[in-house]
Amino acid sequence: MMITVAELKNVTKAYSNKIALDAVNLQIREGEILALLGPNGSGKSTILKILAFVETPTSGEVLFQDEKVNFKNTEKERMESTLVFQKTTVFGTSVYNNIAYGLKMRKVPKDKRDREVKKALEIVKLEGFEKRNARKLSGGEQQRVAIARALVLKTKLLLLDEPTANLDPKNAGIIEEAIDTVNRENKTAIVMATHNMFQAKKLPNRIALMDEGKITEIGSPAEVFGKLSKNLARFAAVDNTFTGTAKSTTSGTSKVDVGNGVQIEVTAQKQGATAVFISPQDIILSKTAVKSSARNVFKGRITEIKDLGSLVKLKVEVGKPFMVQITKHSFNEMGLCLNAEVFITFKASSVQVL
Amino acid sequence: MADILGDIVEALQLIVSGNPEILGIVSRSLLFSGTAVILAVLWGTPLAMLIAMKEFRGKTLIKTFLNTLIGLPTVVLGLILFLIYARSGFLGFLGLIYTPAAVMIGQSILVTPILVSIGVSAIESVDPEIISLSRTLGASESQAQMAVLKEAASGIILSDLASFNRAIGELGVVLLVGGNIAGGGNRTDVLTTAISRNIQIGEFGLAIALGILLVIILFTINMIVAALRKADYLVELAKAPYLRLKRYRETK
Repeated sequence: MMITVAELKNVTKAYSNKIALDAVNLQIREGEILALLGPNGSGKSTILKILAFVETPTSGEVLFQDEKVNFKNTEKERMESTLVFQKTTVFGTSVYNNIAYGLKMRKVPKDKRDREVKKALEIVKLEGFEKRNARKLSGGEQQRVAIARALVLKTKLLLLDEPTANLDPKNAGIIEEAIDTVNRENKTAIVMATHNMFQAKKLPNRIALMDEGKITEIGSPAEVFGKLSKNLARFAAVDNTFTGTAKSTTSGTSKVDVGNGVQIEVTAQKQGATAVFISPQDIILSKTAVKSSARNVFKGRITEIKDLGSLVKLKVEVGKPFMVQITKHSFNEMGLCLNAEVFITFKASSVQVL
Repeated sequence: MADILGDIVEALQLIVSGNPEILGIVSRSLLFSGTAVILAVLWGTPLAMLIAMKEFRGKTLIKTFLNTLIGLPTVVLGLILFLIYARSGFLGFLGLIYTPAAVMIGQSILVTPILVSIGVSAIESVDPEIISLSRTLGASESQAQMAVLKEAASGIILSDLASFNRAIGELGVVLLVGGNIAGGGNRTDVLTTAISRNIQIGEFGLAIALGILLVIILFTINMIVAALRKADYLVELAKAPYLRLKRYRETK
């Protein structure tokens, strides 16, 4: 018998000019990791805010631990469900005070608080950071503080909004590991929004695909990715995900024609309609074509630059838009700017075929 | 010229000797203005929180009105309060006119706009996510609001100090409702009014001594403000050699 932690029944959330959630039904089971996967604006964050009881649904009902939630007073429910925002926010005080905040709200005695904070810091690999000023930490470290601040509460439900978006692989790895640990040790149900396909395939027990305020598909990663061929187009909005037709080559690989003359070579043997995803970290950016073993090389122009602190995210238009992530150091050294001509290179084996 | 020099020397002697008349005036100034600011904090802080955190009609109007009041000449407010406090006035029955209480209440009204204005900006500059963040961590509405207030703490303290600055340096209100009474058990003369009186009666040495002390007090408060603003900067400065070392090691 599956125990349900929370349930959305026909939940709709409308803002003055837009419907964010459209009659959504969703059950969250005890101890599971559920990923909400979908493009920006598909309603992922709204679901999380409603489950964190900081946003009130326009209609429909929410059950939490088998009780109907009265959104006029959610103080009791908020003790058992917590949300880590996409945009990292820390209190302008020490790391200790940040992480202890929720424990203080729960009137946990000081000695226990100290122990719990210490343990939480170990999980996010920030041992000994108690006295540091949280605002003076790097973006990745701040996000780890935010994760520790939530998981220290040992709530029934832990909600994560794009927990590793805009983070370098090292910080992202630590956070993914922490999520896994908490889920395993405390049996905490975790719901995380992501538009990272790779993460969605790796961590969760179940995936819910979201599009325009609706859940279009829900099931195990294998089921969901297996059914993808039916609504491939839905994925086109996700970063570095392209749909097209695959043809096997004589050398045992396949080429996926994703349109506009862009053909992506992949290692899998594939025929017919498919979708491919390339992680922004796996793409090498260069000013001239690099001679290498990598099978995919495209020439394009930088059309967007996003500063993420120590990292820079670039959109490179090569007929199709690719998101590429490089360090600020490389960005400065290469003297890149908008409209600069660049080459992107990635291995056929780095391409995830869905 | 020799007279002025003589007056300055006399002033310095008065300060150094710890003249009881001067000590009395200075402590009265500190007491009146300190109490006035505490009163203003009591009603001004909740008001600032209300204006900064709640959305309501006429919010801009109220903020503009408060900003206008900051520039109000103190003598005009003094006049208004005089008319209210006066025996025939609206609150005349309280018999407050020419008492220390009248001065303290008057000054607290005077500094309220400055306290609220700076307080509102301080609270508004706090990351709006802080409220939601506190709520997701289990805070009640009032606890979440306290979290915001804590984030705004340095700005709030700044508003309190600026208010004290204004209170201790103003003349109009204290002169008109306090009456500059220099004798008896209910003295209401403070630094500014005592300076004005001593000039009129030709006691330049005393006036200069009080003037110097007023400047010293104002300077001290401003130094505290500057120190608060710079506190973060100083922490950074202290860490700089360590950071340079770390960077050096990383490049190696």
